[in-house]
Amino acid sequence: MTDLERHSYDVVVIGAGGAGLRAAIEARLQGKTVAIVCKSLFGKAHTVMAEGGIAAAMGNVNPKDNWQVHFRDTMRGGKFLNSWRMAELHAKEAPQRVWELETYGALFDRTPDGKISQRNFGGHEYPRLAHVGDRSGLELIRTLQQKIVSLQQEDFRETGDYESKIKIFAEVTVTRLLVNDGRIAGAYAYYRETGDFVLFEAPAVVLATGGIGKTFKVTSASWEYTGDGHALAMRAGATTLNMEFIQFHPTGMVWPLSVKGILVTESVRGDGGILTNSEGKRFMFDYIPDVFKAQYATTPEEGDRWYTDPENNRRPPELLPRDEVARAINSEVKAGRGTPHGGVYLDVSSRLPADVIRKKLPSMWHQFKELADVDITQEPMEVGPTCHYVMGGVEVDPDTEQTRLPGLFAAGEVSGGMHGSNRLGGNSLSDLLVFGRRAGLGAAIYVDGLAGSRPSVTDEMVADAEEEALAAFHVEGGENPYTIHADLQQTMNDLVGIIRTESEMREALDRLEGFKERVRRASVQGGRAFNPGWHLALDLKNMLLVSEAIARSALERQESRGGHTRDDYPVMSPEWRQLNIVSRTEGDGVAIYRQPLDPMREDLLELFDVDELKKYMTEAELPKGEHS
Amino acid sequence: MTYKAKLRVWRGDDESGDLKNYEVDVNEGEVVLDIVHRLQATQAPDLAVRWNCKAGKCGSCSAEVNGKPRLMCMTRMNTFTEDEVITITPMRTFPVIRDLVTDVSYNYAKARMVPAFAPPADLEPGDYRMAQVDVERSQEFRKCIECFLCNNVCHVMRDHEDNKASFSGPRFLMRIAELDMHPLDTVDRRQTAVEDHGLGYCNITKCCTEVCPEHIHITDNALIPLKERVADRKYDPLFSVASLFRKGKEKRAAAPATPKG
Repeated sequence: MTDLERHSYDVVVIGAGGAGLRAAIEARLQGKTVAIVCKSLFGKAHTVMAEGGIAAAMGNVNPKDNWQVHFRDTMRGGKFLNSWRMAELHAKEAPQRVWELETYGALFDRTPDGKISQRNFGGHEYPRLAHVGDRSGLELIRTLQQKIVSLQQEDFRETGDYESKIKIFAEVTVTRLLVNDGRIAGAYAYYRETGDFVLFEAPAVVLATGGIGKTFKVTSASWEYTGDGHALAMRAGATTLNMEFIQFHPTGMVWPLSVKGILVTESVRGDGGILTNSEGKRFMFDYIPDVFKAQYATTPEEGDRWYTDPENNRRPPELLPRDEVARAINSEVKAGRGTPHGGVYLDVSSRLPADVIRKKLPSMWHQFKELADVDITQEPMEVGPTCHYVMGGVEVDPDTEQTRLPGLFAAGEVSGGMHGSNRLGGNSLSDLLVFGRRAGLGAAIYVDGLAGSRPSVTDEMVADAEEEALAAFHVEGGENPYTIHADLQQTMNDLVGIIRTESEMREALDRLEGFKERVRRASVQGGRAFNPGWHLALDLKNMLLVSEAIARSALERQESRGGHTRDDYPVMSPEWRQLNIVSRTEGDGVAIYRQPLDPMREDLLELFDVDELKKYMTEAELPKGEHS
Repeated sequence: MTYKAKLRVWRGDDESGDLKNYEVDVNEGEVVLDIVHRLQATQAPDLAVRWNCKAGKCGSCSAEVNGKPRLMCMTRMNTFTEDEVITITPMRTFPVIRDLVTDVSYNYAKARMVPAFAPPADLEPGDYRMAQVDVERSQEFRKCIECFLCNNVCHVMRDHEDNKASFSGPRFLMRIAELDMHPLDTVDRRQTAVEDHGLGYCNITKCCTEVCPEHIHITDNALIPLKERVADRKYDPLFSVASLFRKGKEKRAAAPATPKG
């Protein structure tokens, strides 16, 4: 322990995707020293995979758009279970966050008058997504990465050291948050490259670790998505909420098997792509739920007219929120109307000329050509649902992003509340920017408030953390972590997947108890230097805790809403809408409790027709004096 | 459909190592990275390999497959015959950390030496106006996923380790070209391109363009135009004045520390 590498920072940001980088930029602009700790190389975070764009009501394409419309769409998409305050801040601040990216050097696609172009997307009333072809996430991450570099250049000119104020610790994994007297004191981590440990002493930590996709078998997520932030927060004493809400993106690749789950962007549908079953039928017209009947076209003719005349026609149901489309595809396949590889057809080849497709959807064209030998300008794609996003996450204060643990902040996918029970496409990248910035700001203000009295890290905390991290090396003859992981993913996919039922979730919880012992008995071969087996053995603990939170929350919520569909409770319930389900650790597992939502502020409530609110809310919640 | 592929994979660190033979199952439609993952899960759990997206978007799984710089996630197994021995080695230009993982910190150090984007000081967020046709040149270069295969293949460094100090490789010369072609940037990077990043070392053999998984025309669209602009500046005073005027119009002639032209 004497030769342990130690660093002291004002703010440690865990995760280098959009939220983490934006938080780091803000904390640095507030004058704080910042460490960015990330599991991969700088610039490789999951944000690069975002394709469609950043939702922000700039009104560049349709001047009728404004924050109120964006707020309404977000609440509808989330089935009114969103933290309304987060949805409000998000809708109001997203345009500034996008324009700011241009000052960092981002180059979005343009409108004819030179403004940032905006595209249509599911659930958004007007064209709203700032984009760069279908590689918008890459543009976002590279822009933020380059902004950080430019700040480092400023620091170099001032101090002679690029890393005097922001330092990136790439390929470093945090295994534990250190807490002293109920406040954050630091974080304990290891270098993937060497296996050496490193201690960060810091009064504020921002979690920006992304999602949990790797707990499921069919997923659009990379290896990094092991629920680290969720698990670190819960183990440190913070809470997560509504972990049952998992977004299964309707269109993942289904073939070849090795790429099953890889995302096919919603832009394909936004730009005119249609979904058909094996009988050639555009089936989405059969799946428009009552709450959305007023906003969606009822005939293919009307839906087609909408692309050129959105004023006088309703949008096609292929652009319903993702949960609706995913369930519809699931039903079609179950009813025997699927494709040979168990998906449905997504066709853009009969809708747009080949050169337009290659221009608007270059990486989709590339992806299908190279991975599946399918030319999407000539033939339809085969697609099916894939685990894409977790709406639930670490419980935060909407304005500061502070969790229930003082000094611990969370932003982006790892945090919960903003998206309610279902996230709209495009609202993730804007979420990263809006709440990444707010978390960085919140952390800076928190550090200022400490006035020098920082919680300390004790030797005992460090010794404990080290022992835990090395435990897998001391297991004799234990199980291969890769096998445990594959079984865990299968369990979650089969029993807590897109359609859920009580008996299956109870079965899942039984099996998860068994996994606890298996994960304790996971053993590692080889040494500590860049050893993926060891890394997985550590990540498995996080995935297991998160899986339990998901399964317990899903069993608790006896209704179907957004990213939580119960076979045994198929209807959305106004009473359940008033409740968040909160998870915290208890013993070696997860305990849950119900927590009432804050009632929506009156002026926000008035943005909706009472008739619409009646579909979601109890009589007592409706605006006063107007309901009968 | 399933067969056993014969693999030779480099195992070792920066001091020692050798090629080890493995036989690994292959299913229809799989790519090299799938086979490496199966090898890891079944026979070599400590095999070090970088990867993230497995969809050709993040640029993490760069390696050399049968000597060719490739993304392993975008190299389909059906491009090899079933009895062909497939040799997988780490990128040669960068020091090996372990197995297929190399130390690419050189690239991050060079990135920090490129003067950042500098918009006109009086231009407010939200007021940026650019024509699509004008942003497209730089957008092509911003497709770069930083897999560093171009820098790996560039013989200026690949064959001459000493050149690394004074040469930033196609990736960062292209980054300079990208900023140079940004319609609203106000900094002149021609001098730094030559003096700090070694533009003169590039003799446009197009190896970088050939290996780019994003099919960016690095040589034709970035490096050659950058060389031409540098030559204009160096050898043609009249053009230099004209270019200042043109820049002034295009780039709104702000007044940063090092003005264009």
